[in-house]
Amino acid sequence: MSAALDLAARVTDPRDRGGPRQPLLIARDLRKHFAVKGAKGKVVRAVDGISFAVRKGETLGVVGESGCGKSTLARLLLHLIVPDAGELVFDGEAVGAPGGISVGALRRQAQMVFQDSYSSLNPRMPVRDSVAFGPYVQGTKKPEARDIARRMLGQVGLDADLFGPRYPHELSGGQKQRVNIARALATGPRMVVLDEPVSALDKSVEAQVLNLLLDLKQRFGLTYLFISHDLGVVRFVSDRVLVVYLGRVVEVGPSEALFHEPKHPYTRALLASRPSMDPARRIEEAPIAGDPPNPIDPPSGCRFRTRCPFAEAVCAAREPALAADGWDAHAAACHMQDAGSGHSRAASAGSA
Amino acid sequence: MDVGITTPLAAVEDLTVRFVTRDTTVHAVNGVSFAVQPGEVLCILGESGSGKSVTLRALMRLLPRHAQLGGAVRVGGQDVLAMRGRALRALRGGLVSMVFQEPMTALDPVYTIGQQIGETVRQHTGCDRGTARAKALELLELVRVPSAAQRLDAYPHELSGGLRQRAMIAMALSCGPRLLLADEPTTALDATVQIQVLILLRRLQRDLGMGMIFVTHDLGVAAEIADRIAVMYAGRVVESGPVADVLRAPAHPYTAGLLASTVHERSRGEPVTAIPGSPPDMRRLPAGCAFAPRCAHCQSACMIGDPPPRHPAPDRMARCLRVADDALKSSLPWSMSYETERRDHS
Amino acid sequence: MTVMASQPVMASGQPMAAEQVMGLPGPEPDAAAAPDAHALPAITVRSYWQSVGYRLRHDPATLCFAAIVLLIVLAAVFAPLVAPDNPFQESIIGRLKPFGWRGHLLGTDELGRDMLSRLLFGGRVALLMGVVPVLIASVVGGTLGVIGGFAGGMINTATMRTMDVFYAFPSVLLAVAIAGAMGGGIANGMIALTLVFIPPICRVAETATTQVRGLDFIEAARASGARPLTIIRHHVLGNVLGPVFIYASSLVSVSMLLASGLSFLGLGVRPPTPDWGLMLSTLRQSIWVVPWVCALPGVAIFITSFCFNLVSDGLRAAMDVRM
Repeated sequence: MSAALDLAARVTDPRDRGGPRQPLLIARDLRKHFAVKGAKGKVVRAVDGISFAVRKGETLGVVGESGCGKSTLARLLLHLIVPDAGELVFDGEAVGAPGGISVGALRRQAQMVFQDSYSSLNPRMPVRDSVAFGPYVQGTKKPEARDIARRMLGQVGLDADLFGPRYPHELSGGQKQRVNIARALATGPRMVVLDEPVSALDKSVEAQVLNLLLDLKQRFGLTYLFISHDLGVVRFVSDRVLVVYLGRVVEVGPSEALFHEPKHPYTRALLASRPSMDPARRIEEAPIAGDPPNPIDPPSGCRFRTRCPFAEAVCAAREPALAADGWDAHAAACHMQDAGSGHSRAASAGSA
Repeated sequence: MDVGITTPLAAVEDLTVRFVTRDTTVHAVNGVSFAVQPGEVLCILGESGSGKSVTLRALMRLLPRHAQLGGAVRVGGQDVLAMRGRALRALRGGLVSMVFQEPMTALDPVYTIGQQIGETVRQHTGCDRGTARAKALELLELVRVPSAAQRLDAYPHELSGGLRQRAMIAMALSCGPRLLLADEPTTALDATVQIQVLILLRRLQRDLGMGMIFVTHDLGVAAEIADRIAVMYAGRVVESGPVADVLRAPAHPYTAGLLASTVHERSRGEPVTAIPGSPPDMRRLPAGCAFAPRCAHCQSACMIGDPPPRHPAPDRMARCLRVADDALKSSLPWSMSYETERRDHS
Repeated sequence: MTVMASQPVMASGQPMAAEQVMGLPGPEPDAAAAPDAHALPAITVRSYWQSVGYRLRHDPATLCFAAIVLLIVLAAVFAPLVAPDNPFQESIIGRLKPFGWRGHLLGTDELGRDMLSRLLFGGRVALLMGVVPVLIASVVGGTLGVIGGFAGGMINTATMRTMDVFYAFPSVLLAVAIAGAMGGGIANGMIALTLVFIPPICRVAETATTQVRGLDFIEAARASGARPLTIIRHHVLGNVLGPVFIYASSLVSVSMLLASGLSFLGLGVRPPTPDWGLMLSTLRQSIWVVPWVCALPGVAIFITSFCFNLVSDGLRAAMDVRM
């Protein structure tokens, strides 16, 4: 099974429309607000205008802290939650719109891997039935669905005879996550949304599962959207990275460029907050003060200004735009990046 | 284990903890020994199932009733395992106190944090409410909670994760403990908040001269906060020593494997070597070295007995047959040898 | 399969690689190595119901009471074969006789009928009135609860608030009111009891369903394109049946007591059909004549509902395990 075969498999996927130049997924101005119970008129602005595109065969990393809306975003992409506004375009067809692709058809081509917790697998179902459920629901007969489940368990490194009849509580965290991955891949999707797939795992198991994910991506020609709060993990798996803060994208760019030269103060703070592995070079000052704010009442203008060391009047007045031209553009939504914004540090565009 | 002139603040010798139920017996901790000096930070590093949290809780006897403890635990010169009733209550919160992982569940939702901190103070010092409240305010300022006076009357659910954790630290410090136990206090926090709490803990520990035992699974956190590190696997301490030395040149293959499999600072495409296999079932521990089935350097002797502690340097210990006493093979440290013998493990 | 291998070292004395220690072939280039294959505990695999059975088998108290319940059920079912006399056979001279009088093991009632036979036949009615309403209420209430819990929103609110209206009435009053309004008789009594039990079972089912609905595996099932009914059938029911079953089993004894109460008040079974509650009512005035005989129906009610209760408790302990 060589790389050439993978490439051929990817290119000649019968469901492919539009060829390799067409993005597999485009999200335009997605919004989702949740009403706050008890407080009339208040909404949690979980996702407040997120736009991006995912190329076929790439891994797009989405990084952000709690409350930034990344889990909501994951569910929006699969239409598990219906967006309040904005649109999704999957391989050239609008999702849910007449003439486009139906939600059911979307779910045959895109699947999700959930964060491993005790709730991601049905505790009353043996593992092989959980994996076979997807194909069964999509029309495959039970015996064939079982066969698919067996094969997928093997693909993720679990012996189907040994693990198939087991219940989730008998498996370790890493094994459960492999089952989750097998379940997502059992229906043969082209794109997989991974919502914090390794966050709940021990570090050594995390490495195993990440290696597995990369391996499967090669083997099946998948496209990944990888969501995580862990920067190291995101950097390791992603081609391009999106940084999300309070429901909006604050920075986007190729993985290495973003990690070596972050443009947005938030990204820089995130990178500086990672513990250093060297006891001789400990972090003495916290790079950022305070907690991630509440998505109920985001600050006016730039949402990061309340924690930003460079905030000025213009940051409260106007929200900075994210101007990303081209696939490999590295851009940040920050007034310091915009020469004409009026920010005192804006003169040196491109590196503040 | 540590040969010091001062009496250690906490000394654990050959601690064993078993959970006996009708169906099975889980050997959670199997002969753990370590010592913490006053003012020192010891980090117990391990993955889930290694027994690190159970060890920590044994220091305060916070284990469920069906736990059977063996060995010796001495804190501040007192034998913790023999304590009862009032002495135990005085120990908990007084001499030793604990910061938990999940502040939302560790704080009582129906009382304000001022009331909860005050309750601990009154319990131990017997003072009146006014004094207790003043002390609570002082503590909140010590842990750098902004607008501390208003926060005194806030309920836990009104505070963010980072603030709740600070409130819990304040509660733990309320009676001036000499030993602070921290059970993964930053695991549930975001990265930007985690570093704030770590810096706070480090500063408090330094300023108040407390000893601290910090349990974590994150090597980076250990590097940030520890003076010494003890790596646990399957209920035993497999390596210990000064944190800089251990992280730079690990003596035990497990520690080396952990370092090699950390994704931190790795760019895309650089492969990461995972430790194959899974941790053992604590109900049926294999005879011999518990790590042997996953070890790339396993030999027949490893399967026979539990490796005795070896001392490659005066202040380091490793339970591995390949480590020689008094001579650390720094020519080819384990971290490098592990990577050169890379396997394609998915 | 244990974690240890038998031949850990090769002839050359070289240390073995991890896979070789575990007895697996070395890694092939594109095959997924199975590093976890030997990491499973070597204990028996048990499904949830098997583990419930295991726990029950090792619970002597529950087994003992379950045996008593079984005995009572068998005695009631085979009453025509076991009963010494005809329960309807009256006798003017043999009224209110004590234990052992002329072969009547447990005496006679106020019309001279054999108490033992009447108790046995009365057991049939008692068990019927205990089990059938709970069974029907479980099906109806369970369905309503699962639908409401899964649908959420307005449907759930409408269902649960309607249930609350009925739930607000004390069960005895409600049963009496419904049975009285419909006239007496076994069938009406059973209908009344069923209606009384539907709201609480519905509430239990709705709570369990709402809890399950928020878990990730339901989202995963939705994400694979399953329709709501399929999800309910495969994923929800298995997790909800447990709590509902436990709760329903504790209702059987309540149902029996309520049924006896209805009969006592004259709203349940009509004479001369033997029924424990009815027997209590008619023997009430004669309690100073043969106190032990008159107490018998009460004792029968007590023992039966008590045993059912304890069996239900034991079931709850066996089933209520966090997996």
